[in-house]
Amino acid sequence: MKQSDGMTVIVKTITRMSVWLIILYGIYIILHGHLTPGGGFAGGVIIALAFLNVMLAYGRKYTEQWLNVRIMYDLVSTGAILFLIIGIFGIALKGSFLANILDLGELFKLESAGVIPIIDIFIGVIVSMGLFVMVWTLAVFHLEDGGEE
Amino acid sequence: MIVPYFIIIPLLAAFLITLISSDDDRWAIVISILAVIILGILSVIGFISVSKEAIVYSMGGWKIPYTVCLVLDPFSSFMLFIIPLIGLAALLYSISYIRHLSKSWKYYALFMLLITGMNGVVITGDLFNLFIFMEVALFAAYSLVAYGGKAEEFEASFKYAVMGSISSSLILIGIGLTYSITSTLTLAKIAEVLPGQNPVVVNWIGAIFLAGFGLKAAIMPFHAWLPDAHSSAPAPISSMLSGVLIKALGIYVLIRLFYNVFGLPKIFSDIFLVLGGISIICASLLAISQWDFKRLLAYSSISQIGFILLALGIGTRMAVFGAIFHILNHAIFKSLLFFNAGTVEMALGTRDLRKMGKLGKVLPITSTTSMIATLSVSGLPPFNGFFSKMIIIIAAIQAGFFQSAIVAVIGSVLTLGYFLKVQRHGFHGEKEFNEITNVPSTGMRTAMIILAILCVCSSVLIIPGIKDVVFDPVIDTIINKTEYIQLVLGR
Repeated sequence: MKQSDGMTVIVKTITRMSVWLIILYGIYIILHGHLTPGGGFAGGVIIALAFLNVMLAYGRKYTEQWLNVRIMYDLVSTGAILFLIIGIFGIALKGSFLANILDLGELFKLESAGVIPIIDIFIGVIVSMGLFVMVWTLAVFHLEDGGEE
Repeated sequence: MIVPYFIIIPLLAAFLITLISSDDDRWAIVISILAVIILGILSVIGFISVSKEAIVYSMGGWKIPYTVCLVLDPFSSFMLFIIPLIGLAALLYSISYIRHLSKSWKYYALFMLLITGMNGVVITGDLFNLFIFMEVALFAAYSLVAYGGKAEEFEASFKYAVMGSISSSLILIGIGLTYSITSTLTLAKIAEVLPGQNPVVVNWIGAIFLAGFGLKAAIMPFHAWLPDAHSSAPAPISSMLSGVLIKALGIYVLIRLFYNVFGLPKIFSDIFLVLGGISIICASLLAISQWDFKRLLAYSSISQIGFILLALGIGTRMAVFGAIFHILNHAIFKSLLFFNAGTVEMALGTRDLRKMGKLGKVLPITSTTSMIATLSVSGLPPFNGFFSKMIIIIAAIQAGFFQSAIVAVIGSVLTLGYFLKVQRHGFHGEKEFNEITNVPSTGMRTAMIILAILCVCSSVLIIPGIKDVVFDPVIDTIINKTEYIQLVLGR
């Protein structure tokens, strides 16, 4: 079995069962970043680890078919640009970078804290995609350049 | 409110480049040059608008002690002008030089991140924010040093990364200590609280910061990474690192911390004097023995940084003027010299001075501009280097630091010595060349000519009328230490 084919069937089954749960947990952490411990970075790392789990268990070839890695590269920059645009909206509407432009809402409700949840979502996108793409690039680089198996 | 755009524009440019470029680098070049030009215009507008009163900008609409503030005063807008100036020349030079290595947009995205980091360091008024922007700039620099992808470049980059991380952790410890005794991270607030604290702790914090930022500035005992990193990087990146990065991350922060925050205690001005003197003499002596063109230039950078540090150690008004003027001049002529070295390397495939020869016929513009840069860096009138070095030496004599003045004079003579070696062997040697393969492109020649003209033109800044307008506000912000506190906290 080649390295790019992934691990045994046990690992593959467990991964198949758990990957969506991990991603869901990551989304939960991101969305509740303004209420509970966690936030964009922590949730993003969890989502990235879910994808990396698939890459380790199933191998690069399968992951390449399952995920569109090209789009993930673009999502990193899109997230960053959207973050900056939210900041610039702050300048335009409230006169200060990253100023709160939305309704503050009710305390301890999901739709509260103004722009912070939205910023958290963008950070989550940047971190999850960025972290995955980083490891992915390292893995591809290693094999294409004649690294020893 | 132009202040946050100094960070937003290059950051937006970096991510736009990664988003819209697919395989070629056309859009990347357009976006990055546009961004740098806008930054240059903004910095001029900023400089004009802050010459009377500085701008303090609070992020997110919060009040000062609870937020990250950006401070645009004459000194930071002066640095913000140098960064896009050298950045534009480096980008013009990069277009064909980097296509020589690879036709990729990644270089431009990293370049924009480098500018983001440096602009952020210069403009921020918050100690931890400064650390973060410093890391942004450094990580862009690590990857740009290794951009060529050869073994020695990776080695240099790795060495730089290790040394940079050590100094960054020292800085982080310093920030932690500062926070533990002052309970704040806003620089002005720290400056206000610090005088009442235990002087032993304050001196230790100063020592840690001096080691940390001294390593970024490549002052003599902390210089080991610089000759490798600056000689292995692609030529435009060498010019950015040598011309701006070590000043924005090293010298600028040293001035800001030790003048405006710590109020320049006697012990640190003495250390500046000694380290400056050591840097000037030792780096010059090391440079004389080099045969690698870019390595020689890298050692020369350390020696010129020594001049700036020496002037900061003297600490009088005139000395600070000399230091600020030398920051600008060194950025211009050292970038030009690195461009020259890059052109010769591209044309002949070597950096060894012994393998070069008579280049006046095949590379006329490179040869002429290198002569101008040589005369500037060696301090010959009427080029800009002469005036800044003269001011530093006169300031040393006026303040009674005769040893320092002698050290500066010796350093100046040594500089002339090793640059005469460059001219003698590199551009006016015996070996004849009739044809070369890679002729420098229009962009490369334009960049060199612009900087060569600036080498001559920036001398006019010494004329009293112009000096009053350009340098006096900058010197005032540095010399009047308590003014910075009043300015930011509004008391």
